[in-house]
Amino acid sequence: MLYAILCYDSEDVVGSWSKEEDAAVMAKLAVVEDKLSHEGRLGPVARLLPTTAATTIRKGAEPLVLDGPFAETKEQLLGFFIVDCADLDEAIDTAKDLARASSSAGSYEIRPLAVFKPGSAAP
Amino acid sequence: MTDIAWIEAALTAARPQAMGALLRYFRDLDTAEEAFQEACLRALGHWPRNGPPRDPAAWLIFVGRNAALDAVRRHSRHEALPDEEALSDLDDAEAALAERLDGEHYRDDVLRLMFICCHPDLPATQQVALALRIVCGLTVKQIARAFLVGDSAMEQRITRAKARVTAAAVPFEAPGAVERAERLAAVATMIYLIFNEGYSAGPDTGGARAPLCDEAIRLARLLLRLFPAEPEIMGLAALMLLQHARTPARFDAGGSAVLLEEQDRTLWDRRMIAEGLALIDKAVRHRRRGPYQIQAAIAALHARAVRAEDTDWAQIDRLYAALETVQPSPVVTLNRAVAVAKVRGPAAALDLIEPLAPRLSGYFYFHGAKGAFLLQLGRAGEARAAFDRAIALAHTAAEAAHIRQHLDRLIADACPKDVP
Repeated sequence: MLYAILCYDSEDVVGSWSKEEDAAVMAKLAVVEDKLSHEGRLGPVARLLPTTAATTIRKGAEPLVLDGPFAETKEQLLGFFIVDCADLDEAIDTAKDLARASSSAGSYEIRPLAVFKPGSAAP
Repeated sequence: MTDIAWIEAALTAARPQAMGALLRYFRDLDTAEEAFQEACLRALGHWPRNGPPRDPAAWLIFVGRNAALDAVRRHSRHEALPDEEALSDLDDAEAALAERLDGEHYRDDVLRLMFICCHPDLPATQQVALALRIVCGLTVKQIARAFLVGDSAMEQRITRAKARVTAAAVPFEAPGAVERAERLAAVATMIYLIFNEGYSAGPDTGGARAPLCDEAIRLARLLLRLFPAEPEIMGLAALMLLQHARTPARFDAGGSAVLLEEQDRTLWDRRMIAEGLALIDKAVRHRRRGPYQIQAAIAALHARAVRAEDTDWAQIDRLYAALETVQPSPVVTLNRAVAVAKVRGPAAALDLIEPLAPRLSGYFYFHGAKGAFLLQLGRAGEARAAFDRAIALAHTAAEAAHIRQHLDRLIADACPKDVP
């Protein structure tokens, strides 16, 4: 089963990391990614730009374009991993591996995928 | 990252909000700073043991306020405040608390904190030093290093600046819409000053000043999160990101400045460019153009050109013309001349800058650009005079080294070639 592992953390905090600290976290995450990739379990991975770059479209008779993220929250959605896991236990283990690699105060939300379209966009 | 590194990042990130709120409570910069310092000390004790709080800023505001009121409480019957031990670490208790304490004040708190550093009586460098100390929390030592002065001189400068802004007494009531817009504009200018202090440094002082660019970008993102629909703040953030993205390519190994056209574009930071382009796209939709947006749009055209020769100079010329109308300045015209030289040739560019001579005669870039245009027109003698003048006016070794290359080439061309 495919799971999305969504990464939430305080953008303020992640934004105060120095370039070196940021690179160190990314390198540790890459180790986990490599392992998953090796096992043939890793799907698309994305890191999102800060929520200040976000635009929200509120649905309605006339869709409304708003600056900023959908919701003001203490922690923001920073990115996600799509991972193939046998069951929730394995998904939790994977998320724990990721959590250990980026020991900040945020959270990983595990959401099983209902529909998955790999898409055709070139990176 | 280790826990301690995370805590330090969290304290840095929470600082503007926490300091802004504490300043509103105590209406005194020194008391607010002491309260914040005390809260940080306690955080370093509690967070590793109890885990980090969900909302570090709220925790620091609450604990800082408690700490500062402690002394007062000993002497009078103040309402008892819950101890920080009682603040749970995993639920949102402190968030609820913060909301009750602060509500909508947060964004005006942060804005006020930044705004007091922009006092018009303070010279630009003092505004920057004060903001770096108070808003960003850089140490006096770090700031002194960035400004190439001694620690005690910087300490004095900051103390004097603080006394000045305290005497100026910025009002603590929530500002009205007009006042808020004025504060935003002043703060935007101050943030760009911080950025330019970092950006204008050559590679020689770059080590000490480079963090200034990152700080400025961080402040702009913070401001943008508080005021998400302000196109000029989007433009400011975009402008700084697009300029800072070029940093890895701006100096060669020998430390001389590398012209935009000669930079290795593969060294440009793609993530900063992506963020800058996203922001300028958002800003333009508002159809309320301003100087930061126009400058960001120009930077975006450079960022979008894969090779220097792909640059849309005609569009850059038009954008500079627009900038001249919004923000008339001889420096803008000088920049426009570079685009004009590309589109209509060096003679047209020279015509454009000649009238600026009286106002820009002491400006390094004026003579540098003039020399380059003259050189393109084959007027070597005049070009050499202009380059000599530029070197005399260079502020950094990198600037001088760059012009030196032009001069060396001129001298080499003037000499008879060695016969092999």
